Amino acid sequence: MAADSTSTVVKELDYTGAERLSMNMGPQHPSAHGVFRAILTLEGETVVGVDAVIGYLHRCHEKLAENLAYVQYPSIASKTDYVAAMASELAYVMAAERLANFEVPKRAQYLRVLVGELQRVASHCLWLGTWCMDMGGALGGGATIFLYCIRERELVLDLFESLTGARLLYGFHQVGGVRYDVPEGWASECRTTVDLIEQRILEYEEMLEGNAFFMMRTQGVGVISRELALDVGISGPLLRASGVDCDLRRLAPYSSYEDFEFRVPVETAGDCYARYKVRMVEFRESIRIVRQILDGLPEGPISSRPGVKSLAQVRVPKGETYARVEGPRGEVGCYLQADGGPKPYRMKWRGASFSNLAILPHIIPGHGVADVVAIMGSVDPVFGEVDR
Amino acid sequence: MTPLPDAVVGAIAGVALLLTVVGLVTYVTLLERKFAARMQSRVGPYRVGWHGILQPIADAVKLMMKEDIVPREADRRIFNLAPVVFLVPCLLIFATIPFAPGLGVADLNIGILFFLAVSSMEIVGLFMAGWSSNNKYALISAMRAVNQIISYDLPFLLAALIPVLLTGSLRLSDIASAQSGLWFIAYPVLGQLGFLAFVIASVAAENRVPFDILEAESELVAGFRVEYSGMKFALIQLGEYAHVLGTSFLGALLFLGAWAGPGPEWLGPVWFLAKALFMFLVITWIRWSFVRIRVDQILQISWKLLLPLTMLLVMATAIAVVWRGAPGV
Amino acid sequence: MNATEARTRIVEFPGTVAGGDGDAIVVDVPAAQWAAFAEFAKDILGCTYFSFLSAVDWKDEGLEVVAWVDNLDAPFSVLMKTRLGVGVTSCASLATVYRGAGWMEREAFDMFGIHFEGHPDLRRILLDDDWVGHPLLKSYAVDTPYPPYR
Repeated sequence: MAADSTSTVVKELDYTGAERLSMNMGPQHPSAHGVFRAILTLEGETVVGVDAVIGYLHRCHEKLAENLAYVQYPSIASKTDYVAAMASELAYVMAAERLANFEVPKRAQYLRVLVGELQRVASHCLWLGTWCMDMGGALGGGATIFLYCIRERELVLDLFESLTGARLLYGFHQVGGVRYDVPEGWASECRTTVDLIEQRILEYEEMLEGNAFFMMRTQGVGVISRELALDVGISGPLLRASGVDCDLRRLAPYSSYEDFEFRVPVETAGDCYARYKVRMVEFRESIRIVRQILDGLPEGPISSRPGVKSLAQVRVPKGETYARVEGPRGEVGCYLQADGGPKPYRMKWRGASFSNLAILPHIIPGHGVADVVAIMGSVDPVFGEVDR
Repeated sequence: MTPLPDAVVGAIAGVALLLTVVGLVTYVTLLERKFAARMQSRVGPYRVGWHGILQPIADAVKLMMKEDIVPREADRRIFNLAPVVFLVPCLLIFATIPFAPGLGVADLNIGILFFLAVSSMEIVGLFMAGWSSNNKYALISAMRAVNQIISYDLPFLLAALIPVLLTGSLRLSDIASAQSGLWFIAYPVLGQLGFLAFVIASVAAENRVPFDILEAESELVAGFRVEYSGMKFALIQLGEYAHVLGTSFLGALLFLGAWAGPGPEWLGPVWFLAKALFMFLVITWIRWSFVRIRVDQILQISWKLLLPLTMLLVMATAIAVVWRGAPGV
Repeated sequence: MNATEARTRIVEFPGTVAGGDGDAIVVDVPAAQWAAFAEFAKDILGCTYFSFLSAVDWKDEGLEVVAWVDNLDAPFSVLMKTRLGVGVTSCASLATVYRGAGWMEREAFDMFGIHFEGHPDLRRILLDDDWVGHPLLKSYAVDTPYPPYR
């Protein structure tokens, strides 16, 4: 919000026109990815300034967390990034567990990784579809890719449904472990699904990379330099596409990620195409991790805590911590200040999309209107997480 | 019984053609939707009538019943006029097309010239719509449209000239009958390249994906028609599809032998229609498999690639015609 | 530079107290040194990656600003904190040191009413311009109605 003041950064071009056009993109716009408003200052069709206006989906999650007990909030946490609910749930419960020194059984840790990686596949499916729709249009080739991707995402959501009973917001994690164990026959279903998706990803790559127009639209567009990427604090695939080898699963392994073999893709170009490349590899690496877990899921309990009986059941001693996980969009962090009561004293969400979106005013000026949507889509923001 | 005066015959033929075209265009939308649905592993319209056969009628009725909204700040007169100005040339292009030997409204001796001239007139209506809407998206879209029409009508025209050169006549029925032996698409090298150039240029001239930068609903929402609703929107939509269909007929006529085909002579128009629908499906196929390109890239493709190549092609055709003699005449 | 070296270097910086364990270094910085320490962290400690900045309302003890930066090469991270003091609502801005702090400080201004001196563009970011109050302050009751519905 707060859009009225004139704060737009203007990139100087050799412009000889009489006046600049200021154009509102959003909040109701087909490519706003939710509710995003960009006030573009145009010289002809070239964008010279961007004022990003966010906050349309603000629900004050942080105040909410101060008023909900540790056992209550995890299922609310999934509402921050509703496309990758598993990641934000995990960040919150990890913060609470770290402060309270709760142990998490090995099986629960593996299950967390399992759902986290499946979530990454589902989330990247949605990203690829919506991004192509941004570039190709709802009445064109973009919609074709979108529908293909959604078809694959549905399969993953079906898996989540039979695991948790929910398709979008799961409430799968709880402090001390996870809530549900894999049902009978789920593992083989999961294997078939990831096999199918792995094969389909190949088809998408052929369809897109063999398409000169797709390459023209993505290569050299929206370049983020390594220095800018670090300074603004973007994370996840964006950061790795800018040549920074940073993946929290590798850098600071949590939830037994050190047990699995996977590759962290790094590209140096920093443009939309590099970001696409990174995510396409991540698809495959996630599937690889899923297979490793299905092969070696340890036996044992799925939670170190008894079932929830009262709100004050989880006691967290005074202290502070910052737990972060590598979500599909990057570093999802939860900074927790506990005062020893049943509720957190202060909780801060570090939403990956919030920081990633902050890069837009730095990279968009100089590009055409058509590139704005391509760059927006390659950033992959989810506004539930931006506005929290 | 005295024969009817020419004017009356012309009027009756015109009205009959108009109604046929409008009916055809409505059902072509269904064809496109079904085709796109199959491409995207969907079913498409299915509920209204058998396999959605009544869907276009339902759509038309819905659009007629919609509220007609004119933005307060819009230039009312031009805003209301624009859809009509857009639609008329799109329907007018059918006038010169002969659907079978002797079956057409006006078989002009400059038929193809008339077709090309009228078909680019749609830009006037389009620009009026974009300008009068008083909407920035529409304005940018109108600017892009003018840009694009200038860039792509040239290669479009040059590609259409190849069959003209091969025939030695601008009359469409001459071009069609010249292909009774050999369709121009089968003419060695020149025919295939010419057809390719024609398809690319016609996709661009009709503003279909991947060249639909003026509609570009992911950037410009819906471009020049963002403020239109109800019947006016339906008119624009009708005009757009009529234009695509007209160009498909032209492509079938210029390169695919028009009414030539096996079977009795009365099957000619059916063959022609089948070929035109094939052209239409080719354009649809392109539309639903590509992503849109940027305006500067579109202009580059046109001026740096398509225009010089079609020019070379026309020159090569001219040389071939002089050297070998035209096949048709 | 690894975490141990970083700890020894932080001791050299006047007025700071380094705590925390392992790779997560927690540093208490005097409010006056806030921006200077950020520059020190970026240039000397190599913490080039900016993660987040926020604040905590300690009721009677005043506001505390916290920021988390990473050295991705080592790797280690620095959680820098500063107490603004009772009743103080202004703090030096880090937006010129880390560009990522720009939006984070706008959020902290929005939610806590902290004025970041030297911020190039300090406006509300998530809430409307006409919002009354700063919701994450402990004095702001959770059921405070929005002005038109008061």
